[in-house]
Amino acid sequence: MHAFEFVKPSSIADAVKALASGEAIPLSGGQTLIPSMKARLNAPEVLVSLTGIAEMKGVCRDGDVLVVGAATTHAEVARAAAGDFPGLAGLAGKIGDPAVRSRGTIGGSLANNDPSACYPAAALGTGARIVTDRREIAADDFFQGMFTTALKEGEVITSVRLPIPEASAYAKFLQPASRFALTGVFVAKYAAGVRVAVTGASEGGVFRWAEAEAALSSDFDSEALSGLSVAAEGMISDLHGTPEYRAHLVRVMTRRAVAAAS
Amino acid sequence: MTISLTVNGTQFRTDAPPETPLLWVLRDELGLSGTKYGCGVAACGACTVHVDGQAVRSCQVALADVWGDVTTIEGLAQGERLAPLQEAWIRHQVAQCGFCQSGQIMQAADLLAANPAPSDDDIDAAMAGNLCRCGSYSAIRAAIHDAARAMNGGRAG
Ligand SMILES: Cc1cc2nc3c(=O)[nH]c(=O)nc-3n(C[C@H](O)[C@H](O)[C@H](O)COP(=O)(O)OP(=O)(O)OC[C@H]3O[C@@H](n4cnc5c(N)ncnc54)[C@H](O)[C@@H]3O)c2cc1C
Ligand code: FES
Ligand code: FES
Repeated sequence: MHAFEFVKPSSIADAVKALASGEAIPLSGGQTLIPSMKARLNAPEVLVSLTGIAEMKGVCRDGDVLVVGAATTHAEVARAAAGDFPGLAGLAGKIGDPAVRSRGTIGGSLANNDPSACYPAAALGTGARIVTDRREIAADDFFQGMFTTALKEGEVITSVRLPIPEASAYAKFLQPASRFALTGVFVAKYAAGVRVAVTGASEGGVFRWAEAEAALSSDFDSEALSGLSVAAEGMISDLHGTPEYRAHLVRVMTRRAVAAAS
Repeated sequence: MTISLTVNGTQFRTDAPPETPLLWVLRDELGLSGTKYGCGVAACGACTVHVDGQAVRSCQVALADVWGDVTTIEGLAQGERLAPLQEAWIRHQVAQCGFCQSGQIMQAADLLAANPAPSDDDIDAAMAGNLCRCGSYSAIRAAIHDAARAMNGGRAG
């Protein structure tokens, strides 16, 4: 690991100031960033810890929207969202293992946009709005391909606003070594229609499965999916699975998510 | 900058830089070498300790980010009296090389604090991030059930 400096502001304003230098990046739970620095894939000059900023933590309800502070840990979401939004709590409670959930945060997960991470599926699957220090970004515009997001340099996610669905569930096919999703599907039913977001499968990162959304919007039943499939082209190919295997998993996990939600 | 932290009930002050991983502080500054350095990249669980009662990987926590009291394997026993988990670990002779075991025990303690009578599935789910190259997983599971029973006054767990 290269030498770096560490600062720990206690307000969003101070964090944004500390990040303005260009050589600084935010550190949230550190469950991805610290390993990547140790592997020398990342060498920031300054780490700005977000974990001392009280206004970035916690879960609260604002009408039909669940607002989750960006520095809220997965363990806290699993606990605090269980009543209002069990589909989200269930997703958070299955990320990694308990020690990862004690530290890892929703903001870090969304900013990182790992193609196999779980939270991007919840954000896209609910049509969440990603709130930063300077603007609000719709999830549909936020995720821009593997490890790429709409965030500008120095921009900090401060909270995430997730519309609470009538019914929802996340079905994850676990990659048992990494604990990430080999393929995961988040399904959410709203009065206006159903959203289906898929993670772990595509080389382009998280995506919406439009055909499934249309079919489920007219009939929210896993049988409505029979006959539908996604193309293997563009799916991730690695030692854990072929593109064909992942394309098949998308169908299976979507059915499981619908069955768990209804 | 001097940072103070409480480890196993004792307050320490250290001049280590704020970005130093907690694991380094425990092992090199405080001489608490029971917590092990396995991978250093959040992939094995050998460095698991409790901060404010929650299991975390100490190789990924910066010193200045420590938000509460730290408990390490050295702090689990009450004086000479071993914790039920440690006794169960001995009864079942869980350790082979032993390197992963302090992390395993700290993770198991976190599990039993939240769930005093875990099922096999609960144990597997909670312990999945703690790797053991010697493959002591079935002994770990048995020892956790045994400790749970001891802590519940003999009832099933
Ligand atoms: C063993 C293991 C298993 C895991 N399993 C899973 C899994 O099953 N599913 C899953 O989804 N994830 C998994 N993860 C990832 C983990 O859950 C975290 O979500 C992830 O590491 C990122 O969150 P973090 O808070 O740790 O972010 P950090 O590591 O601190 O940061 C990640 C990146 O985001 C940036 N960043 C952080 N916060 C913000 C912010 N508020 N605004 C802007 N940028 C920010 C950082 O600069 C950095 O580039 C696993 C990790 C480990 C180590
Ligand atoms: S040494 Fe910390 S997880 Fe391996
Ligand atoms: S006992 Fe050897 S690694 Fe677990």
